[in-house]
Amino acid sequence: MSAAASRPWVRILAPIVLGLLVLALWQGAVVALKIQPFVLPGPIAIGTQFGLRAPFVLNAALITALNALIGLVIGTVGAAIAAAVAASLRVLDELSAPIVTAASVIPIVSLAPALYTMFGADAQTARVLIAALAAFVPVYFNTLRGLRMAAPIHRDLMRSYAASSGQALRAVTLPGAVPYFFTGVRIASSLAVISALIAEDFGGPIKGLGTAITTAVSSSNYPLAWAFVLGAIITGLVFYGATLVLETAATWHRVSA
Amino acid sequence: MSANASAAPRPSTEPAVEIVGVGKVFPGRRGAGVTALEDVSLQIEAGEFVSLIGPSGCGKSTMLRLIADLDAPSSGTVNVFGKPARQARLDQDYGIAFQQAGLLPWRTVRENIELPLQLHGAGRAARRARADELIELVGLGDFGDKHPDQLSGGMQQRVAIARSLVESPRLLLMDEPFGALDEMTRERMQTELARLRAETGAAVVFVTHSIPEAVYLSDRVVVMSPRPGRIVRLLDMRLGSAQERTDALREDEHFFERVSAVREALHGDAVASVQGKEAR
Ligand SMILES: Nc1ncnc2c1ncn2[C@@H]1O[C@H](COP(=O)(O)OP(=O)(O)OP(=O)(O)O)[C@@H](O)[C@H]1O
Ligand SMILES: [Mg+2]
Repeated sequence: MSAAASRPWVRILAPIVLGLLVLALWQGAVVALKIQPFVLPGPIAIGTQFGLRAPFVLNAALITALNALIGLVIGTVGAAIAAAVAASLRVLDELSAPIVTAASVIPIVSLAPALYTMFGADAQTARVLIAALAAFVPVYFNTLRGLRMAAPIHRDLMRSYAASSGQALRAVTLPGAVPYFFTGVRIASSLAVISALIAEDFGGPIKGLGTAITTAVSSSNYPLAWAFVLGAIITGLVFYGATLVLETAATWHRVSA
Repeated sequence: MSANASAAPRPSTEPAVEIVGVGKVFPGRRGAGVTALEDVSLQIEAGEFVSLIGPSGCGKSTMLRLIADLDAPSSGTVNVFGKPARQARLDQDYGIAFQQAGLLPWRTVRENIELPLQLHGAGRAARRARADELIELVGLGDFGDKHPDQLSGGMQQRVAIARSLVESPRLLLMDEPFGALDEMTRERMQTELARLRAETGAAVVFVTHSIPEAVYLSDRVVVMSPRPGRIVRLLDMRLGSAQERTDALREDEHFFERVSAVREALHGDAVASVQGKEAR
């Protein structure tokens, strides 16, 4: 860590060099071993398709990303409110804990067909809802843990100041929970993208990344399918990166007490 | 700063702390509780400096927590300035510095020190002025805008001490506040504390593991026995009024005599023979 940190360019350059090396090996293997495109196209073929169809990929990515983003926001807000209620009402938390735990292991995308019949497959509602449900779980659990996490010494301190519960909430509990909340959001962001994308495969005429990949595969245009996959990876990275920045900002100065 | 905090502690004949027949049992598994304190009685006068000294786990922190009304005694009563400990806490009659600094990591040094003032409704400007005063006092002049993670352990502890002093309480509860400091800073802080206490006339209950520190600072030293915590001996330390507690005192012959008296009480086996001295 310290050696790498002292030379930041190594930290940036090393993965790039490694990445290029892997791409070169990949391309070499595809050519040398005559690997068929339906098994695995080479990076050059994929890159060419990605370049040629950039507007389509971008368009598909934006549709999926918008569903994921709206879902992420709805799920996050809902989860934060639910966690706040659960943290303040112990009884409610004890009643709901088994249900929430059980609900959290449901593979949420499997609800897609049911939601499509409820809301119609051509509206985005169902896909947004799936992303929201997927985002809800990690944000809820992390925020709840953060709200419970108030250090005993900080609670003692508030008690010694005869602080009201509202004051203690504002001075200690909420600021203490903020990093946990943002960790939840970071985990949720990837889940929201994945869920919004997979949900498209359960039907509907949307032109998102999920549909685009399926369509390209069914018309045997494998390099194009992989170009859309590349678009999906980039979308996921953007979500992850943005929420990671938020999380890092929120955990600034939190190393030690 | 709030009005009551700026007013000099009014001279009162009421004892600052009155502990009568106090026991504390922490419930354990299968009914086997931990007896942290047993039949402790102690009276601390207003303006008096009393140190608690004793082996680790003998209940010093527990005693402080009972005075602060952060825990309730299992038996006996604790009164602070003539009222139940709970009322004294609600009236904000004491300032406390814990064994750990316990700073809020998301607040700067200044904001941490301002915390009690802020909770008790002091204005922004007054808060800031008072916090800066204390930052200066604990020798952290350049660190007001730093966060706790940018400070060493000893510096964090000094912030916690400043925070306990910020409302000029007439009772100070300090749990090994100088434990994490280097010897030089420690002696400087001791001198500061002695001066401060002479200025404000506050009573201090001070937990320490250092015999010289206890002797240097205290009017009386309370020596406690290993678990279950009892008071083994009360030793008078009056080496002169607080104003005379200068560094020269540390070299005084009388000082060394007192140090050995505390050491003997601490290591002596004669627990039973001094029981009678407990109640003053
Ligand atoms: N919340 C608690 N629950 C159970 N046992 C406790 C609790 N707090 C303290 N004890 C026990 O009470 C005893 C006294 O603890 P206390 O912290 O008062 O000791 P201490 O004299 O301050 O020790 P040290 O010098 O190491 O700080 C110890 O045996 C400890 O294990
Ligand atoms: Mg202790």
